[in-house]
Amino acid sequence: MAVMSYLEAIRETLRQELRRDSRIIIYGEDVGVRGGVFRVTEGLQKEFGEDRVIDSPLAEAAIVGTAIGAAINGLRPIPEIQFADFIFPAINQIVEEAARIRYRSNGEFGVPLVIRAPFGGGVHGALYHSQSVEAFFAHVPGLKVVIPGTPYDAKGLLASAVEDEDPVLYFEHKAAYRSLKGEVPEERYLIPIGKADLKRSGKDVSIITYGLMVSYALKAAETLEKEGISVEILDLRSIRPLDVEMILDTARKTGKVLVVHEDNLTGGVGGEISALIAEHALFDLDAPIRRLAGPDVPAMPYSPPLEHAFMITSDKITEAARDLAKF
Amino acid sequence: MAQRELLSGLPVDWQKLKTMYYYMVLSRKLDERMWILNRQGKASFVISCQGQEGAQVGVALAMDPSVDWITPYYRDLAVVLVFGMTPREVMLGFLAKRDDPSSGGRQMPAHYGHRAKHIMTGSSPVTTQVAHAAGLALTMKLRGLPGIAASFLGEGSTSQGEFHESLNFAAVHKLPLIVVVENNGYAISVPQIHQMAVVNVADKASGYGIPGVVVQGSDPLAVYEATMAARERALRGEGPTLIEAKTYRYTPHSSDDDDKTYRSRGELMREKADDPIVVFRNWLMTQKQWDDQQENTLLKKVREVVDDATDYAEQAPYPDPSTLMDHVYYSPRA
Repeated sequence: MAVMSYLEAIRETLRQELRRDSRIIIYGEDVGVRGGVFRVTEGLQKEFGEDRVIDSPLAEAAIVGTAIGAAINGLRPIPEIQFADFIFPAINQIVEEAARIRYRSNGEFGVPLVIRAPFGGGVHGALYHSQSVEAFFAHVPGLKVVIPGTPYDAKGLLASAVEDEDPVLYFEHKAAYRSLKGEVPEERYLIPIGKADLKRSGKDVSIITYGLMVSYALKAAETLEKEGISVEILDLRSIRPLDVEMILDTARKTGKVLVVHEDNLTGGVGGEISALIAEHALFDLDAPIRRLAGPDVPAMPYSPPLEHAFMITSDKITEAARDLAKF
Repeated sequence: MAQRELLSGLPVDWQKLKTMYYYMVLSRKLDERMWILNRQGKASFVISCQGQEGAQVGVALAMDPSVDWITPYYRDLAVVLVFGMTPREVMLGFLAKRDDPSSGGRQMPAHYGHRAKHIMTGSSPVTTQVAHAAGLALTMKLRGLPGIAASFLGEGSTSQGEFHESLNFAAVHKLPLIVVVENNGYAISVPQIHQMAVVNVADKASGYGIPGVVVQGSDPLAVYEATMAARERALRGEGPTLIEAKTYRYTPHSSDDDDKTYRSRGELMREKADDPIVVFRNWLMTQKQWDDQQENTLLKKVREVVDDATDYAEQAPYPDPSTLMDHVYYSPRA
């Protein structure tokens, strides 16, 4: 089995999907000749031509808005928003249109669309190249939001997103692109959207997280294991819909839950997870639910000490989980 | 309307012109009925096409609903009727009934949509539909499908970013698209002079390297002619055209608006002198193609159609509350 980076897994999945289904088109800023600013789409225009891998004007609302029209008329567009931070000009098209079209047309129209966007910090990207924007979209019925945490999941989730009949936001962590490597099968496989994955089994503390934080949490779990603390890690993979069953299962199993995400604390996905556990599994808990999340500042600063202070690290996760285990 | 000696050069005959007139009258009468139902307390909201019927039928009848797609806006009653939405279907939507093909009663009236009839579902945030039309046209181009897409909007919507973004996108990719601005002079209360610093919306086309055409909306034949030319250009792969139809809105913005607060009755009366329905009827009569007897027959027929649509929709069931959660996501139909 080939070992691939997170980025290569995404690229090879795009290639496989483009080969499989002639209705798929990719477009966005710099995705063609340049192969994307992160090189995710490198070589795809050469292989599939300018009609399937299209450099679009620098206009996010048009990228998503035209993708909606193209999807309605039978294509399966995979538009790319160059940075998740730049998705906001398209939010009208994503939230008011793509998310609501099936509902508002009483099921007559659907929008099979995958919007890919690199997100997240720790790459010296400052305020406007570091944001985590998933909570905005996780709030919206009609959308699906997936965030892979491994190369293997990146492939299976992307293939599922492409097959989905509804709009899917597929967020890729920039710091994961080249730092995460793993085995990825050659053949096509699907990871169901809405299914979480137990990345590590444990008995003392549950860490519920997603995206890049999964690898940080795994590292923290190794450290804590040496201290005799057994950590369970639930990788959500999809943050809309959430896998409520697995969230409650792990909460009930360990009785101590730490929710981790890089996105801001207030109004983040962690709040929803905490509420679900509080509603359905409160009396199985042995400690208050704890959230470790990005601080409530408008966005990530540039200067290294400030950026580091913002970022969630393995050390911060280790410390929070240790604290919780001792409760 | 300019005197027309001949219809040469255009694939129209008198029958087609009478069809134009029929749809104009049908739209007006259906629209008038909606206001009555609103004032009777039977419907909470109306938004009108009145005054814009000439522009609407002129464009729609120059298109081919079997291959073309439209993304209309909320005033486009005549457009969707020409594209095959029936008066009964319109009234089902107006009264928020279960079988409303646009939305099953979920949307406000006049948010038209009908997949089988190539009418893309629309929303209330204006101008999003122009991008959808460009996307529909992108598929046509990439898949080699016959037909074009047309998007409709008011002049206020041309201030939105998506007007610019979509026209630019369509122009760069030479998409088979027509963008039709029904310039009725007001975006709710804001007159054109506070909306843009150009006299003609069509002038904006030069910024995209595409043709911009001004036509008089009260002259459906001129609109038809401009649309035919734009459609042929689109089918030749030469890209989009921006058509501006100068029109006027005879009603308040909606049943919740009071237009007396921002425009004079004198202005309204002056504009109504150019009523597309009256002008067109008079022209047909001077051409000896129409007479009082035909007019009375038509009005009687339209009255029957509107009565039938009203009765049908009034008796139709509302959606069941248990369907509230349906169609949030895809599920295979039973």
